[in-house]
Amino acid sequence: MPWVPRGLRNGVLTTRYPARPDGYDPGFHGSVKVSPVDARAASGVQTICPTNAIKVTDTSVEIDRGLCVLCGRCVTERPDVFSFDAGFEVASFERNGLLTSLPTPPDEEVRAARADLLQRVKALRRSVHIRHVDAGSDGSEEWEIGALVNPVYDIQRLGVFFTASPRHADLLLVTGCATSGMDGPLKRTWAAMPDPKIVIAAGTDAVSGGIVSPGYSVSAGVGAVVPVDVWVPGSPPSPFSLLHAIASAVGMLKDRTGR
Amino acid sequence: MTSTGTSASTSEMIQVAPDDLGARVAGEMGRGGRFVGMSASSPGDRSGPGDEASREHRDWRCATTWLRAVVAHAGHYQVFDSELRDGRRQYPSVTARVPAAFWYEREIHDLFGLEPEGHPRLDPLVFPISGDGPERPRPGRADQNGPVAPNSSALAGHVEGEGVFTIPYGPVRSGIFETVEYLVETFGEDIPRVRVRPYLKHRGVRRRFLDLGVKDAVVLAERVEGTMSVAHATALAEAFEALAQTEAPLCAQYQRVVHAELERVANHLDSMLRHCEGAGQAVAYARLGWAKERVMRLQASLCGHRFGRGLVTIGGTSGPPLLGALQARSALEAIRADLERDLSTLMTTPSFLDRLRRTGVIAPDEASRHGALGPIGRASGVDNDVRRFRPHGAYRYLSTPAPSQRDDGDALSRQWVRIEEIRASLDLAGAALASLEHVRADTWSLPTEIPDGTAMSAVESPQGELLYMLDVEEGRVAGLHLRTASFHNFALFSSAFRGDIFTDFVFIEASFSVNLAGVAG
Repeated sequence: MPWVPRGLRNGVLTTRYPARPDGYDPGFHGSVKVSPVDARAASGVQTICPTNAIKVTDTSVEIDRGLCVLCGRCVTERPDVFSFDAGFEVASFERNGLLTSLPTPPDEEVRAARADLLQRVKALRRSVHIRHVDAGSDGSEEWEIGALVNPVYDIQRLGVFFTASPRHADLLLVTGCATSGMDGPLKRTWAAMPDPKIVIAAGTDAVSGGIVSPGYSVSAGVGAVVPVDVWVPGSPPSPFSLLHAIASAVGMLKDRTGR
Repeated sequence: MTSTGTSASTSEMIQVAPDDLGARVAGEMGRGGRFVGMSASSPGDRSGPGDEASREHRDWRCATTWLRAVVAHAGHYQVFDSELRDGRRQYPSVTARVPAAFWYEREIHDLFGLEPEGHPRLDPLVFPISGDGPERPRPGRADQNGPVAPNSSALAGHVEGEGVFTIPYGPVRSGIFETVEYLVETFGEDIPRVRVRPYLKHRGVRRRFLDLGVKDAVVLAERVEGTMSVAHATALAEAFEALAQTEAPLCAQYQRVVHAELERVANHLDSMLRHCEGAGQAVAYARLGWAKERVMRLQASLCGHRFGRGLVTIGGTSGPPLLGALQARSALEAIRADLERDLSTLMTTPSFLDRLRRTGVIAPDEASRHGALGPIGRASGVDNDVRRFRPHGAYRYLSTPAPSQRDDGDALSRQWVRIEEIRASLDLAGAALASLEHVRADTWSLPTEIPDGTAMSAVESPQGELLYMLDVEEGRVAGLHLRTASFHNFALFSSAFRGDIFTDFVFIEASFSVNLAGVAG
């Protein structure tokens, strides 16, 4: 009985995202961005990065966010070139979409991938069931996915639910750097899911292996094991990033789709 | 230049012959010592690939493997080193005399192919590899390159006892959990024993450290157990600082304490959340989930990352707190006020308490023999809190928490210990924030050159004592002995099941609340 008023005490805590932008700006580091600089002035910056996410060519400096673990070393050492960006809408339909080089409109390939995905998920819109599989995470991704059911993010309000059986799942949410031990279980889980199915690689480890890769029992991301539809960088991706990725994967975002 | 450093207090290195290792460790245990852990390392070969002699040396048959066992007397560590020369693989098992080494020798067997003679059951644990011939991969060795696949046919499949059968639970199981496979042995409803198979998510992180320079090693350390990033980064940074015979600026030390304690609160709340979920306490689950979210947002407001990653650097921290001390302390107070109310209601809700009481009992004498760590040890009357026995960093200047100790050893005791630790951690974090206002805060990090040498450090992670011992050569990690509390404590998991049934499983697992990445390695 004491729980009834307790549950009402603080009113509604839940975000309105994705229907409306969320006002909460924690200043947390969503991604690293590159300032427009002369590439010559930035020569040598690629050696700063522990995961080789920085690429320098004759004309440009770019970051592969799929490799970036957001350690912030480049921001500390070269604040003239790199800075943190607080935005959390970092998911992409294409692995190449995680490169910072293009503020251009999505190219043909990305548009085709997105159209194909939206076609496949048409039937799901307001009832999506997620199966999560840990393929070698460090444990933090599971916390952030678990946070999606707390009162702040409350993913059920969108008609999205976590399910125990892959047979009931529409969406496979994979974390971790794809260990060789999880190769078989991950493939079998994917095969057990009915069509249409969507795969989200959640976190830098799942996208590229992060700093844990290369190693004798990990691969460079889950893309080597199952076909990935949506790539979410972040180490780990914040609950908002995950919410954005899931909502864009199932076509809930009309105009604000991923890059 | 070669030097040896430890983060605080003392440790001593003792060379022993492999044949005497078990006897020496058992002898120290008899004198009141606590078994801390055991590991192996193999330096491999560092001379150029073109060198004929080195190619021959690279062959494991003539290589050297170091075995290391650690025993603690209060805050004093004794490190026993044994050298297995010329490809020697056999040595007398330590487990035969010291049962707490059971998991450690299985892990060493998996990764280095060593054969402890007289070990009671040398089943694969973290990485099953079949065969013991010269072609057997030894993935833990520094000179093992290329991929190695685990071979599940090397796992033992049989069970003993009338009517006993096994039910595999995992690796893909219901809920949002880390991957592990439990092999539940049962003859109906009771669970006499559970076998743990963490190998599915073995990432080989310890081997990965050996590829990295010291700065990159801190980034990897934050990801060994991702829910305890601050503890790992602090332990590693303090080991390096001890080696360089320096210390982080005082303000940075206080800042590390703030984040380490917030991390502890979040971890303990996570264990309670899983209890509430298992017991169907929907409102409590929502309330505590909100509290955990607020703790993580406070971390993000203070340093830009919800898990405190990127904060700890070698020689200090990445910079001043991004949030004013006053705001941070009022956020802490608000969280505490809500938590006090919610937890006092939760701990008087009979339908919740009934699920935890006398569930998953670890008897005090068993916990003591094993040297159980952190909240799991303290709930069974064993206190090994590094913050008090071996204070380091700013813990030396803060009043250390009173021991929260119980001796029932059940899931309820573990819940109570965690509640008391949350209170103490909020106090400590508040005190550290207050101290931050009174210390000099013009430099947050000192440039630190790391000399060659061997260093060790210990910190109290949310799960218990976390130990790093490492060798540095030319600014790189050349050898690493890393012992997570998750690994040490989870060896007790199977013992917690005497007399418990299937519906208790979720509570026993939640009350352990280990990080499985830290178990699998």
